[in-house]
Amino acid sequence: MNIDFTQEELDFQQEVRQFFAEHYPKDIQEKIKNNIHPTKEDFIRWQKILNDKGWLAENWPVEYGGTGWTPTQKYIVQQEKARAHVLGTIPFGVTMVAPVIYTYGNEEQKKRFLPDILESNVWWCQGYSEPGAGSDLAALKTSAVRDGDDYIINGTKTWTTLGHWAEWMFCLVRTDPDAPKKQQGISFILIDMSTPGISVSPILTLDEEREVNEVHFDNVRVPAVNLIGEENKGWTYAKLLLTHERTSIANVQNSKVRLEKVKSLAQETPAHDGEGILWQDEMFRTKVANVELDLTALEYTELRTLAAVASGGAPGPESSILKIKGTEVMQAIDELFVELAGYHAMPFTQAQYHDGFEGERIGDWFETNTGPHYFNNRKQSIFGGTNEIQKGIICKAVLGL
Amino acid sequence: MDFSLSEEQQLLKDSIEKFVSSDYDFEARRELVNSDLGYSAEHWAMFAELGWLGMGFSEADGGYGGTASDLMVIMQAFGKGLVIEPFLANCVLAGGAVAELASGPQKEALLASVIGGEQQLALAYAEKQARYNVANCKTQAEKSDDGYSISGEKIAVLNGGNADTILVLARTNGAQNDEAGLSLFAVPAEAQGLERVAYTTVDGFTGADIKLSNVQVAADALIGQEGSAFAALSRVMDRARLAVCAEALGNMETLLTKTVEYTKTRKQFGFTLSFFQALQHRMADMFVECQQAQSMLLMAAMKFDANAEDAGTAVSAAKARIGQAAKLVGQEAVQLHGGMGVTDELDVGHYFKRLTIIDTLFGNTDYHLKRYTQAMA
Repeated sequence: MNIDFTQEELDFQQEVRQFFAEHYPKDIQEKIKNNIHPTKEDFIRWQKILNDKGWLAENWPVEYGGTGWTPTQKYIVQQEKARAHVLGTIPFGVTMVAPVIYTYGNEEQKKRFLPDILESNVWWCQGYSEPGAGSDLAALKTSAVRDGDDYIINGTKTWTTLGHWAEWMFCLVRTDPDAPKKQQGISFILIDMSTPGISVSPILTLDEEREVNEVHFDNVRVPAVNLIGEENKGWTYAKLLLTHERTSIANVQNSKVRLEKVKSLAQETPAHDGEGILWQDEMFRTKVANVELDLTALEYTELRTLAAVASGGAPGPESSILKIKGTEVMQAIDELFVELAGYHAMPFTQAQYHDGFEGERIGDWFETNTGPHYFNNRKQSIFGGTNEIQKGIICKAVLGL
Repeated sequence: MDFSLSEEQQLLKDSIEKFVSSDYDFEARRELVNSDLGYSAEHWAMFAELGWLGMGFSEADGGYGGTASDLMVIMQAFGKGLVIEPFLANCVLAGGAVAELASGPQKEALLASVIGGEQQLALAYAEKQARYNVANCKTQAEKSDDGYSISGEKIAVLNGGNADTILVLARTNGAQNDEAGLSLFAVPAEAQGLERVAYTTVDGFTGADIKLSNVQVAADALIGQEGSAFAALSRVMDRARLAVCAEALGNMETLLTKTVEYTKTRKQFGFTLSFFQALQHRMADMFVECQQAQSMLLMAAMKFDANAEDAGTAVSAAKARIGQAAKLVGQEAVQLHGGMGVTDELDVGHYFKRLTIIDTLFGNTDYHLKRYTQAMA
């Protein structure tokens, strides 16, 4: 047992740090530091830089253009990304649909889709949840009926993150409404968002931002060659994707950086009674300490999971632990930020957190964003399978209840 | 021992609840939040006509009530419907400060116009460095030839953007943290040297940050005695705390009802969510929290009205305990509504927002826990 980095790993850490220092665009870094919403163009520009270096597809096998990094290297990269306020990679293409394509897709599909994902030429979105199928995802009703060389798709998908920016969607559809088990009639299909019959409408979240959407399909004709794997086997493919989604959901390094920010701000913030600083308030410090303990445990749990995956296992039910604790920690940190902001958590000033704002700013640092961020981030314990669903998975798959 | 409402209070409760349920639907409220004024002038005039705006004041002050339990009845009913009209700012904070401090014609003039709904007031006391300590005041009022010259910065002035007159807490004497030497001034919002940055708050109300640069006011702008505003402001704060605790209770009651209803209709895995015991128990916890909150509120309001020696400690106990309850009930209501809970479209998230801001108002949970622990020793 040993937690130290080897000399090789230390060298790698230096290389990563230096690369981010030299190549991560300063204007994007400033946005992330100041909680300004990044644009689609920001994401694409940065992902292209990462890909030119060969560092975009962290988890892919080397033969498809992956990094071949060890778990320790991935951990180092996560650390360095958080340290340098690196803009996150949009997961829908590179993290979510790509593993399904290279695992279950045919050669033609791999050639057609993987290069554009690597080069960020195509923005993907996820067509999973439906108004009547949230936690109970397998209850989905969007239908795909075979008609010659096409499927005709009808139905509604919801909570489609950044669907209004997407050119393609990976989508779960029902191809056999009469299957004995509802999981057995589902297929995994790729859909060009410019196909006639698709409409995308916004759902505003509690921060009054457009992040998620509802996507309607009205007799949308999709070529059958876009089906991944076998018809009616989509649930198996979807599950693979969900475990990948849950592993990356813990956001440990990001939480560490945010907690450090809480600490440093607490040293500049007056205590609640206006005497001394908040960092000297035992109640506040105890709360920070408790979050930090949870986060430390989570970090080691994540490392153990990474190590297990490296020695051959796929991320299993352990990813549920990461989802539960990772989101709880994020939300606890959100609460600390709101508390730090005090009365300046009150003004609603979302325009300040978008490109091109030129008015008079209200509040210091990003005080006025703490409320909207806290409200919106309640989604963390809801999406990607609610934390209740995760506990159900642990009960069934681990505890055998 | 008697925990029941008086006949008048019951009538008041019934009439506000009727207004909220029949005339205050969430979509109409949304339009008001997005309007220039931020609330309904028609509602405000109606509140005045029905005497609701006078319920925060004693008969001696021209009102129709004035006890903490009267306020509790009103605010709890408002909280149930997430009413955004500036009752708290006018009738509890600014009006309350005038009632405590002013005398004679000054009092009559200001309070009559508040009770009649003709004038909008705001109380500017909070300062950035002060956090929740009212005594911590850097804003200065210096005597000038025919009055005072006021300079300083105030934040989170509720109703500050709409107010015709802003009551500004300023230091006429003493050091930054001294309780002595604080005075209250009635400053016309249009006074030269007064700049306000108005905003909608994250929970749909309105507020402003205000900067005063050598604002000249006449000697009669001083409300009450010079240098003696602190004790009065402290009482106003405690009443305001009780008021928002009652509002929070109303918010929580609605959230509990809505969550129970939703889980009875939303089906997943072939059953309604209400079928799952793991979720049932969480709603039971929400119910328990609501009941505990109601108890704390009653306790504190009764002690306050009885002028009990430990009334301030009781208020802090209620504010801290209700802050904890509000967090649990608000977060659970959102969680149990799933994705819908974090949408702008559904009202549930908006109740959660209000509960979050109520915790911040007039001192958060930790501030009041500390005030309570200090009194224990």
